Amino acid sequence: MIVHTPHPDLPPPSTSVGVIGWLRNNLFSSPLNSVFTLAAIYVLYQLLPPFFNWAIFDANWIGDTKEACTNDGACWVFIRVRFNQFMFGFYPPSQYWRVISSFLLFGGLIAYLLIEGLPKKAWIAAFTVIGYPFVAYALFYGGFFGLEVVETYKWGGLMLTLILSTVGMFFALPFGIVLALGRQSAMPVARSISIVFIELWRGVPLITVLFMSSVMLPLFIPEDIRIDKLIRALIGISMFQSAYMAEVVRGGLQALPKGQNEAAEALGLSYWQSMYLIVLPQALKTVIPGIVNTFIELFKDTSLVMIIGLFDLLSIIQSSFTDAKWLGFSVEGYFFAGLVYWIFCFSMSQYSQHLEKKLHKGHKR
Amino acid sequence: MSKPVKATAWWNNAHNRAIMFQVLLAAGVVLFFFYIGNNALHNMEQRGITTGFKFLNQKAGFGIIQHLIPYNEGNTYGRTFVVGLLNTILVSVLGIICATILGFLIGVARLSSNWLIAKIAAVYIEIFRNLPLLLQIFFWYFAVLRTLPSARNSLHFGQWAFLNIRGIYVPRPVYEPGFGWVVAAFGLSIATIIIIKLWAKKRQEQTGQQFPVLLSSLGLLIILPAIAYVATSTPLHWEMPQLKGFNFRGGITIIPELAALLLALTIYTASLIAEIVRSGILSVSHGQTEAAHALGLRPGKTLQLVIIPQAMRVIIPQMTSQYLNLVKNSSLATAIGYPDLVSVFAGTTLNQAGQAIEIIAMTMGVYLTLSLSISFLMNWYNARSMLKER
Repeated sequence: MIVHTPHPDLPPPSTSVGVIGWLRNNLFSSPLNSVFTLAAIYVLYQLLPPFFNWAIFDANWIGDTKEACTNDGACWVFIRVRFNQFMFGFYPPSQYWRVISSFLLFGGLIAYLLIEGLPKKAWIAAFTVIGYPFVAYALFYGGFFGLEVVETYKWGGLMLTLILSTVGMFFALPFGIVLALGRQSAMPVARSISIVFIELWRGVPLITVLFMSSVMLPLFIPEDIRIDKLIRALIGISMFQSAYMAEVVRGGLQALPKGQNEAAEALGLSYWQSMYLIVLPQALKTVIPGIVNTFIELFKDTSLVMIIGLFDLLSIIQSSFTDAKWLGFSVEGYFFAGLVYWIFCFSMSQYSQHLEKKLHKGHKR
Repeated sequence: MSKPVKATAWWNNAHNRAIMFQVLLAAGVVLFFFYIGNNALHNMEQRGITTGFKFLNQKAGFGIIQHLIPYNEGNTYGRTFVVGLLNTILVSVLGIICATILGFLIGVARLSSNWLIAKIAAVYIEIFRNLPLLLQIFFWYFAVLRTLPSARNSLHFGQWAFLNIRGIYVPRPVYEPGFGWVVAAFGLSIATIIIIKLWAKKRQEQTGQQFPVLLSSLGLLIILPAIAYVATSTPLHWEMPQLKGFNFRGGITIIPELAALLLALTIYTASLIAEIVRSGILSVSHGQTEAAHALGLRPGKTLQLVIIPQAMRVIIPQMTSQYLNLVKNSSLATAIGYPDLVSVFAGTTLNQAGQAIEIIAMTMGVYLTLSLSISFLMNWYNARSMLKER
């Protein structure tokens, strides 16, 4: 009887496993790919070392004046000296604690809401939406509890950017939901008004909206009422943003199976009951990533308020270049502005992608 | 005998309620507009602002650094509107072309099997789409183009192109009479290519034989115009930019404002288009690729005949909205002084003429018309290319 005993398997060739195998598969799988890889390495070699030398190794970190910048690299002293202004604008330094504590409180509230499995989230959410705006107003503007009043023209920097985007979002979300419901409504008048409103704002650039809010809005209100420049910008931003929000929410409403609506009707729920209890919770849940993305867009777009003379982060950095004591540091300034914007936008977009994956699970078949 | 069902009160009837609600809503909107209209009339009377579009015939009295049609300070506000509009269209069209090309390249590179290339594309996308466009415009304008050397110390590429703080100077083509023949030859070769393509498709469907359309088209495109060019004794030459005094004369000047705006718009929009292209290609299920391979199609043909047509269905609607955004974003020109519609008309003209309502309405009207007509076209295309489900 012949018993077949197979030879033991040979190990895979050394060129297809380990580092070499990985390199062959991912970088040099074909002649063309090898050319691309080498070209890319060459370009990176040309770009990265000079960049890191400029930004880190040859940079100037210590000192208080322009004269301290003796190395060839970036002059981060400029950013250090101006840092407070970039963050708070012309807010009086003795009152910085108000801004910081207000943002810390907000950050704490949001973090509490985002971390899974914490108790009593409904109360915290209710406080964030109803109570916090008043707390924030009292802290930022003052005039209550013996706090010194800080007029809005002194607000600026990152603080103003954050205020513009969060307040814009705060008003745009509910208004956007109403508009989206209006656009889906069976009532022709409500539907056409919503459609006209949404398409009108989505069809024009934000700059013209801001121009309009700064030039035309004062004409539309009785002449004895003066509206603060910041409030005018906020009105423009909120209107503009709510139209975009409405389209995001509409996406969620349309993705919801019709059966949900019909089931709600069959249970005898009224329109508002079925919206509030059945439709919106499901629709909004699916569009949370979309809402975060819209918020990122808004966060970037707030930089346009510079056009109407508000000093947000980008604007205050831009204006600091004209300081005669610190001429010629625009690259450092833009780099710093870019870094701050980038950190905010990138972390939010990562979060939105994480949410998208998490929410997707339940709907996957 | 059951009791007759008690009718619900009329105000609880859903139909009546809907009518009541809508009447209230419409009345509210009308009242609102009446209120602000009234205020506006009163305020304008107080400030002595005249209304109407007569200002369009008044003399503008300011210069514009870039105009595609003849313009000088003696022209009217109406003409500034047209000049601004054309500048907006110029930067938008150039931006759309460049951003599409760059975006497609990076989107495909992002999916490349080459790890390094894919990572570089990913880093590019993540960096540029997370930075505000205005910041990017400022960077290119103030930190890069404004720090270039003066005209005398221009950076130059041979004697062809010059780069300095006043702009980019490139040669201008000068056409002589015979050049019409070259254009005609070019048109003829395109017509021939279309006919060849139709014929090749028909032949392939009937006999299964393929014809090298791409190669023959390329040949035609090069050879026919080249013959015409030589036959008419080279009717094209280039006018070189030359340094005269403190500045360059001749050639085409690209003002730094246009260059910065175009660079920023292209780089920013390309990062968004790349993501769209990637998601479009990924949206075609892998089964399609496998099926195409099973049918014996080579990778190139698979891409051309199976994947791209299906990916386009996802890509084009999103792409259109990016194009629209680019057109709207081109209005950021006003921040660096590129004379686009917003900068020239809603900026300078508004400051001089003071007729805020008319000017803002006209500006918004232009963007609105553009947006609505493009989304109208889009809906039409969508309806046509939608998957026919049976």
